[in-house]
Amino acid sequence: MTEGSSLETAERGGLRRVVIDPVTRVEGHGKVTILVDEANRIHQVRLHIVEFRGFERFVEGRPYTELPVLVQRLCGICPVSHHVAAGKAVDILGGAGPLPPETEAIRRLMHIGQILQSHATHFFHLASPDLLFGMDAAAQERDFFHVMDRRREVARDGIALRRFGQAVIAAVSGKRIHGTCAIPGGVNRGIAAQERQCLLAAIPEMLERAQEGIEVFRTCYAADLQRNRAFGTVPGNVLSLVQGDGTLEFYDGVLRARAPDGAMVFDGQPAAAYRQRITEAVKPWSYMKFPFLHELGQEQGWYRVGPLARLVNCERLGTPLADAQRCAFLEQEGRFVQSLLATHWARLIEVLHATELIGDLLDDEAIEQPRQAEMGPWRQDAVSIVEAPRGTLIHQYGMNSDGLINAANLIVSTTNNNQAMNEAIRRVAQDELDGHVLTEPLLNHVETAIRAYDPCLSCATHALGQMPLIITLQDGAGHTLDAIMRDHDGQIVHA
Amino acid sequence: MRFVIDGMTIEAQAGDTILTACRRAGYYIPHLCFHGDLPAQGNCRLCLVESKGRLLPSCLTKVTDGMEVASATEQLHTLRLRLTQMLFVEGNHICPSCEASGNCMLQALGYRLGLLDNHYPQFFPRRPLDASHPQMILDFNRCIQCQLCVRASDQLDQKHAFVVAGRGGEAHITASSSNGQLGSTSFAATDHAAGICPVGVFLGKGVGYVTPIGERRYDRADIAQAGDRNA
Ligand code: SF4
Ligand code: NI
Repeated sequence: MTEGSSLETAERGGLRRVVIDPVTRVEGHGKVTILVDEANRIHQVRLHIVEFRGFERFVEGRPYTELPVLVQRLCGICPVSHHVAAGKAVDILGGAGPLPPETEAIRRLMHIGQILQSHATHFFHLASPDLLFGMDAAAQERDFFHVMDRRREVARDGIALRRFGQAVIAAVSGKRIHGTCAIPGGVNRGIAAQERQCLLAAIPEMLERAQEGIEVFRTCYAADLQRNRAFGTVPGNVLSLVQGDGTLEFYDGVLRARAPDGAMVFDGQPAAAYRQRITEAVKPWSYMKFPFLHELGQEQGWYRVGPLARLVNCERLGTPLADAQRCAFLEQEGRFVQSLLATHWARLIEVLHATELIGDLLDDEAIEQPRQAEMGPWRQDAVSIVEAPRGTLIHQYGMNSDGLINAANLIVSTTNNNQAMNEAIRRVAQDELDGHVLTEPLLNHVETAIRAYDPCLSCATHALGQMPLIITLQDGAGHTLDAIMRDHDGQIVHA
Repeated sequence: MRFVIDGMTIEAQAGDTILTACRRAGYYIPHLCFHGDLPAQGNCRLCLVESKGRLLPSCLTKVTDGMEVASATEQLHTLRLRLTQMLFVEGNHICPSCEASGNCMLQALGYRLGLLDNHYPQFFPRRPLDASHPQMILDFNRCIQCQLCVRASDQLDQKHAFVVAGRGGEAHITASSSNGQLGSTSFAATDHAAGICPVGVFLGKGVGYVTPIGERRYDRADIAQAGDRNA
């Protein structure tokens, strides 16, 4: 049991509580509660995420063919990941045989385009200011406008990579967001020859930009190596998809989980086995579930998903430039590196990997004329797992004999990372909360810790954009003793 | 025989209604419940035109020689917009995920009329799907009660597979069988009734979104040029 977990169970009576409230633009939002005693010792730290739970109800009774389109509304940042996951599910439900290779390539292209676009946004637009200007810089300076102002070349890399990812998605789905592509047993359009050539021509430039991004990160990280390595870091298990031979896999594959020291917890598990391997715990104080690895039990079984989990979990990425970067990364930071901020490093290596993969996938004119899979009898149950930008994404559906959905269970990346984010925030609070004053640095650092996993908790709350924070200091009776918040302009306001 | 609509002279044949004559001449009057193969019923009121200060359903009004008609007026535009908004709030029209999006006459009319909001409060009616038929699902959430399917099944298919049940605000379309399920009628997916719905009620089972959104009939052209989806 970790130190953090013991804190979480602290009694409430007579204690003061600090509430950090990231308010997003729509109803879903997160909130951090830190409970301290009279001597300002931390007794409890909890991340509350108000997860949107209406989805299961929303798809119930709908024809299964609608799933890939319906689920795109689930997340403002990774609609395509949900589309692709549901696409695989409707293949299963609709009785599709194996997709023809060029058809699967189109699905993959769209999916990897989303990884690239989301990662570029996540790192360059939302996280890079923390690293470029330092976590302790004033909040007003830690935004993308200042990156454009002071580190123009970095901003340009970010903008170009994000746009390229978007262009790949648009070429496949017809639209930058909320296009349709995946239908049972296939895709509904090929990629126009001209678009394919145009995107291919941009690959060398994007590879260069992706490599620059890694260099920028490496330099920032090295500037305060000890602190950056320790920041918010709590060792945990990792979960991701891999191919049969251990190569990283984003679209389809088998589940693998490792302990913090790299020992295999399980490997080679098909998607449907998630029900035996992962248990979703419920805690009375949180709307969001806490999944854990069944064989390790609830205390020891929490895990992390996402770029860093994927990179340490796999044996190789399978593309030369990214593999060279991965080797250098693991050589410097350790084969099973756990540092929270190294998640961004892994994210940038995946940006490079995604760019290489997109180049490979585009380099085949068969994707201009995709075929459909053979269709057989319907199936009543489907589990589909993909690696979304922020980690493993699980969709499960049940269907009645009339073709209407009668059950749905989704575990989004944010939920998979729920306990991991809680642990990271606890670490930050333990290291940095000094006493009875609510400080801006604490608020900043909690935000930075969450952002290593998730830029705005968008998948869980269906929000898109920034994560303004409110910190409220409360006593055991719930009275507010002090409050500071950051408004949408990044200004700190004392309430 | 000739008449004038919005200042344009149009040639008409004996027995023509204003709408039929205009359609033949390629002059668009908004409509949802009209189909060329079936007698008009005047359900939707979108084809109202004005003559001598009176509002007339153009699908039911016979042309008289030399009559003067107005369709493209501000008043009629507002009236049609309000009627369309009523149709939107009376059903559950969720365009972003609807399989008929870009291919739906109601949505296309909304685009044409510049519909930007509901104007009226939403009814949020509860309308169950009928998925009992092996080839087709009926999603009545989108039904605008034009009764085209009823008339097509009666008059073109000779099957009477659909009826209007209930009265007034409770009126709704249902399969004409003892259990009210389409699977218990003789309806077939190849019937005229299956292809006549102006909106997205009739869905092929196991298929959907084969034509990408963005490449559909009304994505490419206004309904006045693109014609009826059920033509
Ligand atoms: S189901 Fe379609 S065709 Fe039948 S009444 Fe409703 S809208 Fe008209
Ligand atoms: Ni998401």
